[in-house]
Amino acid sequence: MKAIVTVIGKDRVGIIAAVCTLLSQYDVNILNISQSILQEYFVMVMLVDLTACTSSVVELGELLDQVGQERGLSIRIQREDLFNAMHRI
Amino acid sequence: MLSQNEIMQTIQMIDQQHLDVRTITMGISLLSCAHSDVKTACDKIYDKITRCAENLVPTGEAIAKEFGVPIVNKRISVTPIALVAAAAETEDYVPFARALDRAAKTCGVDFIGGFSALVQKGMTDADRRLIASIPQALAETDIVCSSVNVGSTKAGIDMDAVALMGRTIKELAERTADKGGFGCAKLVVFCNAVEDNPFMAGAFHGVGEPERVINVGVSGPGVVHYALRSVKGQSFDVVAETIKKTAFRITRVGQLVAQEASRRLDTPFGIVDLSLAPTPAVGDSVARILEEMGLEVCGTHGTTAALALLNDAVKKGGVMASSSVGGLSGAFIPVSEDEGMIAAAASGALTLDKLEAMTCVCSVGLDMIVVPGDTSAETISAIIADEAAIGMVNTKTTAVRLIPAPGKQVGDMVEFGGLLGSGPVQAVHPFSSRDFVARGGRIPAPMQSLKN
Repeated sequence: MKAIVTVIGKDRVGIIAAVCTLLSQYDVNILNISQSILQEYFVMVMLVDLTACTSSVVELGELLDQVGQERGLSIRIQREDLFNAMHRI
Repeated sequence: MLSQNEIMQTIQMIDQQHLDVRTITMGISLLSCAHSDVKTACDKIYDKITRCAENLVPTGEAIAKEFGVPIVNKRISVTPIALVAAAAETEDYVPFARALDRAAKTCGVDFIGGFSALVQKGMTDADRRLIASIPQALAETDIVCSSVNVGSTKAGIDMDAVALMGRTIKELAERTADKGGFGCAKLVVFCNAVEDNPFMAGAFHGVGEPERVINVGVSGPGVVHYALRSVKGQSFDVVAETIKKTAFRITRVGQLVAQEASRRLDTPFGIVDLSLAPTPAVGDSVARILEEMGLEVCGTHGTTAALALLNDAVKKGGVMASSSVGGLSGAFIPVSEDEGMIAAAASGALTLDKLEAMTCVCSVGLDMIVVPGDTSAETISAIIADEAAIGMVNTKTTAVRLIPAPGKQVGDMVEFGGLLGSGPVQAVHPFSSRDFVARGGRIPAPMQSLKN
């Protein structure tokens, strides 16, 4: 299963490192990262593969949310199906 | 590959435009629970519901987390209780409502619908008993919803039932007077009721339905409103196209959630209901969509045309997004549940007569409207008859959910809380319909019914 991780918040040092460290701990493979700064706001979108993931999406979501809250960021993980349903016919 | 823009668009819809799935509703047939002994029947009902819907709430919550889309309510609809209770040797159907309430609370759902009777062509003894039990049943239970179908295009309008429902609504309001007549928010009177509606208070599991089924109701007025802001001043062709595209996206989310819930609960997928269901939250209003089209206030001249366009475009956009569309499918205009409608009604721009006109072109009817506490039962019945006539002649569902709030006058506000919101008391005509309602009998089915 694939999922999209999005990170939104005020830019600061170490955001990508923190998220990637957590994902690697649970054997989540990162397939693609796009990142930009919009009006001082950090926006990162990652496509990840959960095939080998040692945790459930729901648990992973809670852990990412915790990392986000510690750093004042909004971090979430959502199954890719949602975006495909809305934007692809 | 999805673009960052597309992903952020979805996230904005969820975070800022109130995109959500309003409800996953599990329909459960209770026909197998009929029994001559009331207690045995109620036990069977409780056991069947709690067995079938045991995993509904946790499954709904897991799906919401995995997709990151809120699923606001989890609900259950059951076979109209008048059919299930007919075999029971009792005059009092309140125990059935208590059994539904208990079962729903055990499952952790938000509402259970189906304390219902279908009487469009006349009432059985069981139908009469059920209607007589409604005031006590809804006053004593918390999350049971009730509906009565009093008319259809095929059968005409049962005016005896219409008269009875006027009195029933008044009695229910009196019994729940301490909460502003809140009981009436859980009771809806239909014409052309549908058997697979996932929305409350009118959901029930029709007799043509399978043993169990999953129906999903989508929402998203805020998303449509936001999309229309980007086409300010442009022609109605552009407005209709914009709504269609947005409705398509919203409905695809509903379809995805419905399929996932159906698979995990091992229950057949029934329908997606393409309704724009508002909430009292700012930014989640159908009225504000109509105003975005260029109306100063919802309820002024042009409102009916704007709503007709909206209702049609929502269906056209949604129908391709789902493998099976049903329920009510259209725009809802419940006054107390819509921040813009509340404001329009409070300012005097949105009257009961205009709302009646709007129900000719939207998906349901006069919904969540608070009227003065001294409104007579006959006047309420006459309002029901008008609304049923619109449904009957236009071959569409119409409904009436009025709250005659005890002790309240025009201009007062009545608070219901939660999704039910708050409503300003609206004026009804002071002239009597008593002799009209007293006639009884049936209004015959119109020519449109003779299609064979």
